Amino acid sequence: MSSLVKLTIDGRPVEAPAGTLVIEAARGVGIEIPGFCYYPGLALQGACRLCLVEVERAPRLQTSCTLPVAEGMVVRTATEKVRQARRAVLELLLTNHPLDCPVCDKGGECELQDTTFAHGPGLGRFSEMKRHVDERRWSEVVYYDRPRCILCFRCVRICDQGMGVRALGIVDRGGHSEIAPNRGDRLECDECGMCIDICPVGALTSRMYRYQTRPWEMRHVGTICAHCGDGCTTTLGVYHNQIMRGNNRDRSGLNGEFLCLKGRYAADFVDHPARLTSPLLRAGGGLEPATWAQAIAAVAAGLRAAQARGAPIGIIGSNHTTNEENYCLQKLAREGLGTPHLDHHRTGDVAGLLRALAGRSGALATVEDLYTSRAVLVVGRDLAQQHPLLSFRIRLNYHHHGARVYVVTPGPVREDRYAARSVRVAPGHELEGVESLMHDLAGEQELVVLFGDAIRGEAVARLVALCDSLGIQVKYVCLVDYSNSRGSSDMGLLPSLGPGYRSVAQAGMTLEEMLACEDLGALWVVGANPLKERRLAARSAFVVVQELFLTETAQAADVVLPAASAYEKTGTVTNTCGQVQPLVRALAKPGTKPDLEIFRLIALELGLDFEPTVPEAVWQGIARAVPGPCAGTVRSAGDTLFISGTLGRYSRTLQAVAEAPGGLYRG
Amino acid sequence: MLYNEPSPLEVKVLTRRFGLPGGPTLATYLATDGFAGFRKALQLKPEEIIEQVKISNLRGRGGAGFPMGLKWGFVPRGSDRPRYIVANADEGEPGTCKDRLLMEHDPHQLLEGMLIAARAVDARAGYIYVRGEYRYIIEILDRAIEECRAAGYLGRDILGSGFDFEVYTHSGAGSYECGEESALLESLEGKRGVPRIRPPFPAVAGLYRCPTVLNNVESYSAVPAILRDGGAAFAALGTPRDGGTRLFCVSGHVNRPGVYELPVGFNLLRLLNEVAGGIRGGRKLKAVVPGGSSCPVLKASECDLSLDFDTLAKAGSMLGSAGVIVIDEDTCMARVAARVIRFYAHESCGWCIPCREGTAWLAKLLLRLHEGGGRRGDLDLAVEIARNMLGRTFCPLGDAAAMPTIAFLEKFRDEFEAHLDGGQCLFEKQPAGVEA
Amino acid sequence: MTFSPELEARLAKLLASYPAGQERSALVPMLLYAQDEVGRITPELVAEVARRLRLQPAQVEEVASYYSMLRQRAAGKHHIQICTNISCLLMGGGELFEHACRCLGIGNKEVTADGKFSIEEVECLGACSWAPALQVNYDYHHGVTPEKFDQLLEVLRQAE
Repeated sequence: MSSLVKLTIDGRPVEAPAGTLVIEAARGVGIEIPGFCYYPGLALQGACRLCLVEVERAPRLQTSCTLPVAEGMVVRTATEKVRQARRAVLELLLTNHPLDCPVCDKGGECELQDTTFAHGPGLGRFSEMKRHVDERRWSEVVYYDRPRCILCFRCVRICDQGMGVRALGIVDRGGHSEIAPNRGDRLECDECGMCIDICPVGALTSRMYRYQTRPWEMRHVGTICAHCGDGCTTTLGVYHNQIMRGNNRDRSGLNGEFLCLKGRYAADFVDHPARLTSPLLRAGGGLEPATWAQAIAAVAAGLRAAQARGAPIGIIGSNHTTNEENYCLQKLAREGLGTPHLDHHRTGDVAGLLRALAGRSGALATVEDLYTSRAVLVVGRDLAQQHPLLSFRIRLNYHHHGARVYVVTPGPVREDRYAARSVRVAPGHELEGVESLMHDLAGEQELVVLFGDAIRGEAVARLVALCDSLGIQVKYVCLVDYSNSRGSSDMGLLPSLGPGYRSVAQAGMTLEEMLACEDLGALWVVGANPLKERRLAARSAFVVVQELFLTETAQAADVVLPAASAYEKTGTVTNTCGQVQPLVRALAKPGTKPDLEIFRLIALELGLDFEPTVPEAVWQGIARAVPGPCAGTVRSAGDTLFISGTLGRYSRTLQAVAEAPGGLYRG
Repeated sequence: MLYNEPSPLEVKVLTRRFGLPGGPTLATYLATDGFAGFRKALQLKPEEIIEQVKISNLRGRGGAGFPMGLKWGFVPRGSDRPRYIVANADEGEPGTCKDRLLMEHDPHQLLEGMLIAARAVDARAGYIYVRGEYRYIIEILDRAIEECRAAGYLGRDILGSGFDFEVYTHSGAGSYECGEESALLESLEGKRGVPRIRPPFPAVAGLYRCPTVLNNVESYSAVPAILRDGGAAFAALGTPRDGGTRLFCVSGHVNRPGVYELPVGFNLLRLLNEVAGGIRGGRKLKAVVPGGSSCPVLKASECDLSLDFDTLAKAGSMLGSAGVIVIDEDTCMARVAARVIRFYAHESCGWCIPCREGTAWLAKLLLRLHEGGGRRGDLDLAVEIARNMLGRTFCPLGDAAAMPTIAFLEKFRDEFEAHLDGGQCLFEKQPAGVEA
Repeated sequence: MTFSPELEARLAKLLASYPAGQERSALVPMLLYAQDEVGRITPELVAEVARRLRLQPAQVEEVASYYSMLRQRAAGKHHIQICTNISCLLMGGGELFEHACRCLGIGNKEVTADGKFSIEEVECLGACSWAPALQVNYDYHHGVTPEKFDQLLEVLRQAE
């Protein structure tokens, strides 16, 4: 329980908890003190000297970013002495800074521009030769312009403390100091781009965005990233209906400071040339473009024909579609078409976890819990590769709060570097690894447990029982991949469970069973690619595919319907922690339709009742869910930072930057 | 063998063993009251040891002049973290060459001083951070440490007291900034020599974030005498607020440059004329830099003063490392100023904006100025740049660069002005070496 | 990468100087001692030191590039470091440096074609009262006039 300290800032009485930095205490009352090297959450520096303030009885100006508040302290941030100091520091900084504004990407959103306008001298008196070093390209994504660099070292710290990668360092000395990448002339890293966005000036820029446009020309849309299950908000910069960049400019998302390369750069799948923009009908040996009317009619005809034969209709849902779309698809299937055969590529045993928890409240962790819990246990997953936001939050929890991290994985993971204990296990033996930690875990006051597909079925119940035996508060995250895997489960795209995990009257075939069923009359695939590695047994089944690209499954279809991506529609998605967030439409893709719209057209054509919303009751049901057992396969996508299913295959950036996973763990 | 003829005016406390026959062996050391101070310290409580150092009025000999007893007193009692004793043998301040002699000619004295410090704060290990260029000094120190260990004056259960203390040498690799105490600790931990945010200070969180006593070589070297003869005796040799003797390094245009141990408070003109033999070649004195290049220069007319910290501070300069650099009338002050600021620009660690950019700007400006490319207004600009650095940098290197620059520009303005607008340097280039 | 037995012994003693878990403290001295034998800080040396101290090569590079005695390019067999800082400047160190460059026909931080000599203009060596001063590798020479310098060069050349 920290005590409150009373001090005075610019004549105003201020109260702040002991340990608060003066710069933060000032911000708390609306007094903005400029600074480049200070960055909340990162190690303190006191390097740029821009935040100097007057403190009564101190002989010199003090850096407010390293000074904790003290009882009775009198601080002045706006005296002539302070103003002159800021002008002086800025003049000195600008001596070697090149006048690149006309060609620098950062222009218009540059902290140095803003600070100089607000606090700087109007004139620079430096008339010597400026230090110059050529720009460097450190990776497919990252460019470094040393002349623009103000050596604030934010990039070094975010890569080290934030990302745990430590790919950036400082070389040489004095005015010759430079930021250097870990492989001498190039970067071997996550390519997350955190360094680029945290750079206050245009020293670090992204190749994707370099010289493309100006910040004020773009419309900025904060929506949920279309890739993994963490649920980060990405702010898409849209210019003339094209996504120019993504960043974490809008920090209101649960990801705060964080965004990985998928959220930043891999929106480019949206305008890949291979994007489907017209319905396709099978004619002759191939697929021919058709109108929506023709295509929808063909779908309805194919489905009716299967129904007439009494042949089973299978529906495979998506890990990317919205909750509303998932709910409506299962309703259309069960009530509209009367088929119980519903499934999706399950990447984690969410149903198993909820069943094991048997309606307990407060047992599911949010992303924030990963930052505040005193202890975290990671089972069977390489978080830095597959859930980079979760990895980030846990890492900062360790740096800021000294959280104890426990790891049970088959191979080395980034968390090993700061884990209290790391246990290596053979795949399939994760629970034994957890058992070996019971003594350590029993000493904790609280715990968050994250587990992946290695723990499924009965193993989930055993894991929960093990954690119950600790006698402490435990919260869980069942890790699932893709932007709405959780929503697919929650909304009942499962053969034996409906929305809210309520048991259904009649259980249907699993995904594998549908593919193996030789009598299958029709297969309706929405935003999934089950035929990438598997075959459809029923050769004469009628296949409908709603997709963004001509995947292997689409190529085998009778009708292909071009769907809108997550960035082109509205609705809600649920992250791996169960947090529901809304999508905001960033742009329109002519020729495509949101899956929900396609369902509506098909339903209309079939003469069915259609209601495209998710009732309140369903949400409440999920909160109290006590699911029954669910057959079928649970298998993670096994993505890395550079792989993201179909979307990743069509992101030129991801293809370009792909580095060997685990290569960063060497040594 | 590097030493100069001693002066009869010297008061040889720290340097009394210099030049003894047989060289600096443990045997010689023991035969001349070696470890007598430590034996006394063993009879005292730690607080009493620190009290003697406080009474001695010994102020840090590295340059900052912080009272040593006070510093030792900051080490928290009853900390469960190990304590360390670190000796700063980085000696990078231009004009300073005394620690080198102390380590070369009386290494055991330094070790005894560190040992007493260890006893005062209950430390078990110490390091001597030696600048990389002093390789032969490291070898001398290592031999002395081995001698002491073999004879039971270092290591375990020293002199049967139950007290353990180990000392190790550690080499730098070329960085003036590593003479700054927190940058030294960073370097000792295997990192770039960039200073730390203070507070906390080394006494509380130093080496490996453990409480650390960090002092200059000469400071430790005075401690055996302080314990042996008592702090009051040492204090009495100097002035009331600045006790003991100091090793003054006299360099530049004198007849007898060298290192001389004199009481604190000795008069600077007496030092130049009576100890160092006066200005060479019968020339006139123009200026003296009294405490190493970081201290503002004194004009000849300002040199009649007592060499102690307070007097020099009042005179607008510093006693610093007691590196007394003597400049005669035939020297171009603009050239000296340009070379001095170039040093700071080269040694700036680069961490903070005012020092990194300020020293670079001043170095370029003063060079251009000395070579005739200066314009009216450049002089005031240079002073303003330097003033803009003062008190605003992360560590004192910024001040060490700014204050001398301002002093040169203000006190010898006419010499700078002569270079303006294509003006040529009025002075002969310096002929190399000592001349007849 | 293998070092001579003498260097290995020196490095072993160095590593034993620091408390357990603080091996990183050995980094700067290790680089300097290894450079004495290898000649310069090569990528191979960086990797070897990194391996021994369980650091990333990039971390070793960061540190190595900070210190002015650690060099990326090879020096001559006799690396002549001439101080031109204030005390030596006053006693003709600047002129001595120019003389030395003329004698050897090379400039600052350059090496003679036969690899025997290199010159570097350095900062204060701690020999101020005996200026002008220089170091040949680690050996000090004091009161060096141009004539004494010429003699020194002769001696070094003869010693081949």
